This record gives sequence, structure tokens and C-alpha cells, in this order.
Amino acid sequence: MRQADFSIHAQVSRSQATDLMTAPAFSVPAKKLAMWLFLIADTATFAACLVAYGFIRNATPDWPKPFHSITNVALMTLILLTSSLTMLFGVQSAQAGEKAKAFRWTLITALFGILFAALHLREWMGMVNEGATLFHNPWGTPLLGSLFFSITGLHLLHVAGGVIALFAVALKYQRGRYQADDLEVMGLYWHFVDVVWMFVVPLVYLLNLAH
Amino acid sequence: MTTGAAHKSSTGKDLIVYACLLALAAIQFVIAYQNISTAQMLVRMMGVAVIEAGLAILFFMHLSENRGFRWFVLIFSVAVLLGLQYGWTDSFRLIDGVPWAK
Repeated sequence: MRQADFSIHAQVSRSQATDLMTAPAFSVPAKKLAMWLFLIADTATFAACLVAYGFIRNATPDWPKPFHSITNVALMTLILLTSSLTMLFGVQSAQAGEKAKAFRWTLITALFGILFAALHLREWMGMVNEGATLFHNPWGTPLLGSLFFSITGLHLLHVAGGVIALFAVALKYQRGRYQADDLEVMGLYWHFVDVVWMFVVPLVYLLNLAH
Repeated sequence: MTTGAAHKSSTGKDLIVYACLLALAAIQFVIAYQNISTAQMLVRMMGVAVIEAGLAILFFMHLSENRGFRWFVLIFSVAVLLGLQYGWTDSFRLIDGVPWAK
């Protein structure tokens, strides 16, 4: 083989290697992949909290059941599920190039998030008024308060962070600094918050419902 | 399919998934009022929650559109979740004495 052939071969190999290095894994854009990896890590955080809760609940005889009504938690579930739908509409509008619509749906999602947080705080205030704190409650083991406020607090923190991020992303999207894919990445986070709630409700609320 | 038609079709699918999620959430609330043991209630509720989460992840988070990545997320997440289950036997030991030491 001549020297020139070797040179061309080397160039082609280098170009193929560069393609391999720069091609996104699983054909998923880097930003989206980063969000998925964060969500998997966050899944471990929530799962650890819920498993710890299950462990303690299982190992504690006479675990108290302090919840008497499901109205508030049912309403919160409805709001969060609906906010996921409005987030989807926002992303779809952005992908279709309908900027004003996408902005509007994202703001509606953020407002649903605020409403959810307000209902969550109302739930907390009700518990506090009945005498429940992190380290004490009138129903029995103090671990109930610790676990309830920790798990729901972690979720509420995610919702609050999500609402701030939704406003920030929506405003930057409207000003043209962010694109539709940024809104999509934000949507992934918001749906994740919804998915976590699907496990928090039965474990923390419904299993502790007084009949 | 034009972009507009695809958009409408996607919205229709999302609405169906949303309705399914609402129905599944309602089923969880119905289970909470059933006169069954806590263990049975837990199994039923978690079963419904897993279906709910699966629907949301596949359709709302669009994981159904990328097969390779779907397996990556599934294997990674299941491995992490299974890894967290190692301590359950100890919670039974705490409440039932020390059955595993006999």
C-alpha cells in the first residue's frame, strides 16, 4: 500500500472515531441524557427515603393512622396530574413552533405547581395544629412526624424548585435564549415529580388512613 | 402525516394516558377503603402505582420512542431500586425477634 493510501485511511478512521466520540449516546441529546441521569439519581434518593419509611413502619408495632380525609390529597393528585398534561401541551406547542402558546402552557403548569404547594402547606398546617412536629405527635411514635415531614418535604422542595425553574425556563424561552428542547428537558423533570407523587400518596397517606 | 396532524394525534394520545392515570389514581383511593390487611393493601397499591409510573414514563416522558435508551433507564433504575431492598429482613427481625438467627 502506498504512503498516500495510508494517509487517506488514517484520515477516514480519525473522522469515524470523531463521529463516534461526538454522537450522543442512544441518540439522546446531551442535555436530555444529563437530565435522565439526574432523575435516575433522584429516584435513588426518593426510593431510599420510602424504603427507610417502610422499614421503620414495618418494625414499629401499633403504627398510628392519623389521616381521616383524603379530599385534600385527592385534589393535590388531580392538580399534579393535570399539570403534567399542561406541561406536555407546552412542549408540543414549542415543538410545533407556537411560541406564545408554549409560554402560556408552561406558565399554567407553574401556576398548578404553586396551587399544589399551597394545598401541601395547608395539609402541613393542619397536621401542626393537631400537634404534629418533626419529633412529636399526639398519635404515637414520634417517627411518624419525622418521616411524614421529611418525605413530603423533600417532594415539596422538588415542586418548589420545579416552579422556579418553570418560570425561569419559560421566560428565557420567550426571550429566545432557550429552545423547544430546553422546555422538553424541563418537562422531564416535572413529570418525574408527578411520578414520585404516585408512590408517596399510597405509602405515606393512604396506608395511614384511619377507617 | 403533517406536523399539525401529528400534533393533534399526539394530543389525543396524551389525553387518553391522562384519563388512564386519573382512573388508576382513583383505584388507589378505592383500595385505601377496602377492608383488607395492610400487606394486601400495600401490594395492590404498589401494583397500581407501578402501572401509573410506567404509563407516565413511557408516554409523558417519551421513553417509548427510544428502545435502546428505554432499556438503559429500566436496567439502571431497577438495579438501584433492588439494591435498596436488602434491609427488609432486618425490619421483620426487629418486630418478630430474631427468626434469621435460629
